[in-house]
Amino acid sequence: MSAQALPVEVAAPPVMRVEGLTMHFPAGGGVGPFGTRRWIHAVDDVSFDLTPGRVTALVGESGSGKSTVVRCLARLYEPTAGTIMFHGEDVTHLKQRKELLQYRAQVQMIFQDPFGSLNPVKTVEHHIERPLKIHHIVPRNEIHRRVLDLLSSVGLSPAQEFAAKYPHQLSGGQRQRVAIARTLAVEPTVLLADEPISMLDVSIRIGILNLMHELKASRNIAFLYITHDIASARYIADDVLVMYAGQVVEQGPTDAVLQNPLHPYTRLLLSAVPNPEAGLTGRRIQGRGEVPVVIDPPEACRFTARCPNVMDRCRTAMPRLAEVEPGHLVRCYLYPNS
Amino acid sequence: MTNREPLLRVEDLVVDYYSPRGVVRAVDHISFDIMPGEIVGLAGESGCGKSTAANAILGILREPAQMTNGRIFFQGQDIASMPPRAHRKFRWRHISMVFQSAMNALNPVLRVGDQFVDMVQAHERVSKRDALDRARDLLRMVGIDPLRVSAYPHELSGGMRQRVIIAMALALQPELIIMDEPTTALDVVVQREILQEIEELQRELQFAVLFITHDLSLLVEFSNRIAIMYAGEIVEMARAQELFREPKHPYTVGLMNSFPSLVGPKSMITGIPGSPPDLANPPTGCRFSPRCPHCTPYKTMVHPVLQEIEPGHLVACHLYGAEQELTHERASTAS
Repeated sequence: MSAQALPVEVAAPPVMRVEGLTMHFPAGGGVGPFGTRRWIHAVDDVSFDLTPGRVTALVGESGSGKSTVVRCLARLYEPTAGTIMFHGEDVTHLKQRKELLQYRAQVQMIFQDPFGSLNPVKTVEHHIERPLKIHHIVPRNEIHRRVLDLLSSVGLSPAQEFAAKYPHQLSGGQRQRVAIARTLAVEPTVLLADEPISMLDVSIRIGILNLMHELKASRNIAFLYITHDIASARYIADDVLVMYAGQVVEQGPTDAVLQNPLHPYTRLLLSAVPNPEAGLTGRRIQGRGEVPVVIDPPEACRFTARCPNVMDRCRTAMPRLAEVEPGHLVRCYLYPNS
Repeated sequence: MTNREPLLRVEDLVVDYYSPRGVVRAVDHISFDIMPGEIVGLAGESGCGKSTAANAILGILREPAQMTNGRIFFQGQDIASMPPRAHRKFRWRHISMVFQSAMNALNPVLRVGDQFVDMVQAHERVSKRDALDRARDLLRMVGIDPLRVSAYPHELSGGMRQRVIIAMALALQPELIIMDEPTTALDVVVQREILQEIEELQRELQFAVLFITHDLSLLVEFSNRIAIMYAGEIVEMARAQELFREPKHPYTVGLMNSFPSLVGPKSMITGIPGSPPDLANPPTGCRFSPRCPHCTPYKTMVHPVLQEIEPGHLVACHLYGAEQELTHERASTAS
């Protein structure tokens, strides 16, 4: 084959393809006028690929729908519409326990709160051996060895000592490392990390990001990194999706999106990040308001209320997510093809 | 700074928590000044004592915390020794506070306006109507529709509730407002809008601010001077830009190196190895020594003292100020 000249990175096919993912929840307060149910559009038409050895960041403010996307991928929710293909198989509507178990052995999740995700009365060893036993990863007599290997691989050494500790004896960063070691136990191909550093002390956050960076390379894991911190996405992610009110408004390679942000919301988000070089003055941002909860939305761009570039057509039709330059997509009428 | 009197002077403040495990010293001999109209930042990680210090200044420490040493002067008057009644009158009129959990600082069953009335009437003899008028003016100042005086807190978004709290903190025109992580729970866009508003109000009304946060990059932007706290102590203090350009203490350097940047070339950053110490059992000598890249055995024995190494730039680190070290060395060998 002539493809040999291509770098491996480019040739690697995606392990997970998400196409048109949509998740609607019934709105509280019962039915609307004429007896129709009203729906919260938490996620609307989100598509992306996850590739081994790459980190994809999903960036957005609270209420943008990023955590709902993760929960759909972890199959904690069954999506309203769209497909999730994993290794070429449709996993969108898996229902049987056995199938879900198999799927979850390969798609693992790291949660935001390392204080809530570990059992306070069990040792570190207990936490990491459980997945090894449940999924029969290694023979019984090798379990202890594997636990120690996993602890060392997430930077918890001496491993023997850490294995015997209880969660309360660990700092936040160490707990998050235990949580990561636990996900690694099943040798996953996809890791979904939902705000894994936002509850940690600032001085140890970067250590967890560096660990993720190391793991994606050494174990060829496809990472989905959910964050509200766009600077950390720049630090670790290869690709970025920016979400607003349930939709992707811009997506593409990290450098393309962050060096040359096209959507007015991406620009707003970037200009809001503290920048010690510049200072507050002279950089007044405009964009009053917060991410709206979208209930039975009208045909219109969801950013109109806050957009500095709003035009008439933005209020009457929804722009398409269109490719503006290779791999760089944006949902805005300022650009052609939308 | 000119030779004006400081608005607030904290001298040798110590706060201890009496826990079943023994005494935990949350704030350990810290001293600093705030000049009138100045914005001073206090930065540090969770558990470093920054909120405890703020509560001590405001005189609202609760059991098991106790101020065991030091004095706090406000406009030359020692406020830490004030009787509780006098302190209640003084608080909010001269020093007000915006809390971290402002989301929960409002009473959920009272209209926003009524909460203003309660607060104003606790300090002044004014009619309800006048107090409500003032509430409307204040809400307008922080960018909220004055008609919202009749809203309940749950009808407001997080950002708006935080603005209400800021308006309440401004209500009696205090000379100093302590802001303890006022925007941490908010999204970046809302955070920036609120900070811009605070800055404009501050320029107009000239109040001083003690701004407490773990977000150093935000602080560099926002404040005039910054104090860095670690394990109960101030380890460095300098003008904001100077601290940003020339951090001296290895902890400050590490903190600066913990935030990925949005601009410039991408490079691997390292943060700080290890985690903050357990204050019930702090390391001997320099408390940062177990995590410090420059540590030597000597530094684990001798406690560094906060000293001025350049005008207005204070550091507590053995890397600076050789004289101090020598006297210490002599003292320790003599003993």
